[in-house]
Parts: sequence; structure tokens; C-alpha cells
Amino acid sequence: MTSLSSVLEIVTATHPGMVRSHNEDSIAADAEIGLAVLADGMGGYNAGEVASGIAVELIRTEMKKSLAGRKTEEFDGNEAERLIEDHATKANNAIYQASQSQPQYSGMGTTLVVALWHDNQMSVGHIGDSRLYRLRDGALEQITRDHSLLQEQIDSGMITKEQARHSQNKNLVTRAVGIDPEVETEVHTYAVQPGDVYLLCSDGLSDMVTDEDVQLTLGSLASNLPLAAEQLVQLANDNGGRDNISVILVRVARVYPARAGVLDKVKAWFK
Amino acid sequence: MAKLILSLEGSVIREILLDKERITIGRRPQNDIQIENLAVSGEHACIVTILNDSFLEDLGSTNGTLVNGNSIKKHILQNSDVIEIGKYKMKYVVEVAAAGHGTQDDFERTMVMKSQPGKPAAPRPAAPPASPPATASRPATGPLTTPPTPQPAAAPAAPAAAAPRPAAADTQPLAALQLLTGPNAGKEIELVKNLTTLGKPGLQVAVITRRPQGYFITHVEGASFPVLNGKAIDAQARQLNDHDVIELAGVKMEFFLKR
Repeated sequence: MTSLSSVLEIVTATHPGMVRSHNEDSIAADAEIGLAVLADGMGGYNAGEVASGIAVELIRTEMKKSLAGRKTEEFDGNEAERLIEDHATKANNAIYQASQSQPQYSGMGTTLVVALWHDNQMSVGHIGDSRLYRLRDGALEQITRDHSLLQEQIDSGMITKEQARHSQNKNLVTRAVGIDPEVETEVHTYAVQPGDVYLLCSDGLSDMVTDEDVQLTLGSLASNLPLAAEQLVQLANDNGGRDNISVILVRVARVYPARAGVLDKVKAWFK
Repeated sequence: MAKLILSLEGSVIREILLDKERITIGRRPQNDIQIENLAVSGEHACIVTILNDSFLEDLGSTNGTLVNGNSIKKHILQNSDVIEIGKYKMKYVVEVAAAGHGTQDDFERTMVMKSQPGKPAAPRPAAPPASPPATASRPATGPLTTPPTPQPAAAPAAPAAAAPRPAAADTQPLAALQLLTGPNAGKEIELVKNLTTLGKPGLQVAVITRRPQGYFITHVEGASFPVLNGKAIDAQARQLNDHDVIELAGVKMEFFLKR
């Protein structure tokens, strides 16, 4: 696998917030293989941390194994999607097994968002209400759609987005990793452009900071990604910081096409 | 627990803890908060508090109820909202709960809704459902005293009139920069956003952030750092005081608070 570390700038930040005593979010990023993983755990005592920790650590190590020795030439969106699904399933099994065998972990689970950059593309898989946003040409767009009661209510037209901001039901997800023997990961692949900034975040950010402020922050501070991450966490805390806040920012410096083989180059001459 | 700070013309009269589910405000003596002023109706308004949220409702008063200067019928109170009834002001303040215990905290935790026991959690229906899954939800979390009944019918009851959540920083007095040198000398830049960037991209950029504690300047990019009152700042954010002079990308400017 060709290293993507010269193409992707990745910055992470996580904070327990102003109310919670401990941080149940887990994050990992690896610019080398173009991977970002974020999970927001749930469960009594420290089970939430355990669940999100298992998911993130397992996906990071498994993905590294899967991609070791691979060439970008033989790597496409379909395969990236399959890898994300496979590893999310493994994480689901591991958490489900642990919660079944150890009473203190009973019922634990986690949300998950995984993004993998490859060949001028990005594949993203998610379960629950942790999100991926993209800033392109100054405009912020939410790429993932929450698996939550609130999103279902919005989709069915019961409530408007504005009403949703004040809803009591922000904390009900309809899908999570590790709760059931099986889980379905929603996976999609998108084309990437140089200059894109991607944001993976837990609901501790998206519930506390408006999309307008996220857009303003990423747009103004894209040249200093660590400051942008710090600023997002600070905004969430200034607005109350009611939940753990985690962000992963990924900026795409330039294009990164899969290296074309000799045959492709020869073909290109004759076009 | 949330409280109200009642004041008249800038002087604090008393604090009222929102420790009851329903607290009434009005001129008559049976109100929880009695305000003896003819501009206040007998039963003027009430505040209903459910767990972490307090809802303010005007009870058809003659002179109305304002929140942050806007007339409301129903409003979900946000931290630092200022309620005005006649000449009286009540600031709504949420004290950050001691972390990690109590049902309030548990209630906010993320939980999973299960559609049917034994089945994979809520496979997404092809078409959006007319109503959310009607079967019982099961809390995935540990200690929880109240079962988390989804309230599809109650959710839209959230008053549509509620204003968008004001950023906590909106309570800051407005501030501005006046350019002292350069081609635009004399020009004023109002700091109306939570974040205002200054300088020349690629050369030197700084950002001024508006926070509940005040205004702060931070270096963003470039080899040289902004100069504040004649001294270069470091990578740390620095709080700005009224009449501070900033020098950035060769331009001097003065920060001042507007009243």
C-alpha cells in the first residue's frame, strides 16, 4: 500500500466535556493507510469506554493487517467498502461476546464511523449517530445520516430540523455496534478533491455546535488544522459541553490516484 | 439545578431555584414568584421544568413576556436567557451538574432503541415509517431509573416558536476593531461572528474568537506572530482588553468594546 501520509493531514482531539466525569469516546487515525475511526460508547460504569475502545482498536489493527503489502492499483471502492463492513462486523462480534460473557459489560455498545481514503476516493461506513461531514469550497455538508429516532422523525416529516434541535430524543439511536449478534453497516464511497476537509465527530460536537459555526471554523482555520480541532472542542464546551466531544479532521493536500500500470500508460499514449 | 436571578434595573433582588415542576410568575400573592407591579398580570407566566429542560410559557398576559428581547408564547430556556416581565429581568442560569452521578446525567446518555427483541437493531425501512417503531425500547445503559419511553407525540410539542439556541458567546458585549494604519485606516470591523479571521492568507493570519469569557486572539498561520500592545504573542490564545492595540501583517488596529 502506497503511503498516504504525504497526502492526508490528520488531526484528532477528544475531550470529556464539562459535565461527564469520563470519556466514553474512542478515536484512532492513521495517515499512512488513510484511515480514521471514531466511536462513542454507551453502557453503565466504564462499559461504554470498553465498547468504543474495542471497536476502534480492533478496526485499526485489522485494517492495518488487511492493507499491509497491498498496492493501490488493486484497490477500489468496492473492496474498501467490503473491508469496512467486515471489520465492523468483527468489532460487533467482539463487543457482543464480551457483553454476553461478562456481567459488568452487559448491554454495552457503541456508535461507529470509519473512513478510508483510497485512489482519489473515500469510503465511509457508519452505525448510529456519530457523523462524517465534508467541507468543500467553503460549504459544509453532512455526509452520513444518523441512525436515530430523531432522524427517522425528520425523515417521516413528523418534525422539522429546527424542532429537532430542541428535542428530548437526541440520545436514542436505532442502530449500534455490539448490542445484537448482527449489525448492518451503512457504507458509501465518494470522490475526493484536493482541498477537501473531512470531519468525523461524536454527537458531543454536533449537538452543541451549529453547522454554521462548524463551517465557519473549518473554513477560517483550515490552514491550521490543530487549531481548528481545538476551536471546535472549545465551542462545544463554551455552549455547555454536555457530552464527550471527539473530532478527527482530515485535509486532502493533493490528488492521490492509484498508480497506473505500464499497460495503462501505454494505452494512454494512444488515446 | 437551574435557577433564575431576578433583578430590577441592574440590581439583583433574589435568586429562585427551579426546584418545582411548575413555577408561576405573576402579581397575585399565590404565585411562586410574586412581582407587585401593575405592568405584571395576575397570572403572567409559568416555567415547567422536566429533568434538564425548563419551558417558559406566557399565560396570556396583558403586556407579554420577552426572552432576549423577543416576545414569546412558549420558549425552551437556554443557559443565560434573559426573561423580561415589565421592568423586571430574570436571567436563567444552568449550573453544571456535578459530573457522573444522578439520574439527570443518566437520562442524557445515548441509548439504543430495539425494534423487536432478538432481531437485529432496527433495520432501516425502505420507506420512512409513518411513525417511529412502536414497540418498546430497551435501555442499553446500566443504571436508569426512568424507562426511556420514546415520545413521538410529545416531541413536536416543543414550541415551534423557540428561537435557535443562542451561542453562549452571544451574551458578550459587541466589540470591534478600528484600523489605525494601512490603506483602510479608520475603517471599523465589527466582531459579530464567533470567529473572525484577520490578515493575509499565506502570509500572516490570526483569528479573534468570541467566547463567554470574552474575546481572544490566536495565531493561525505565518512565520511571524501578531503583536499585542507592542509585544509579540506566542501560540497561546490571548484575551483582549478594551483599547488593546494589535499589529498584524503590517497593519495596526485597536480593539474596543462597543456599548
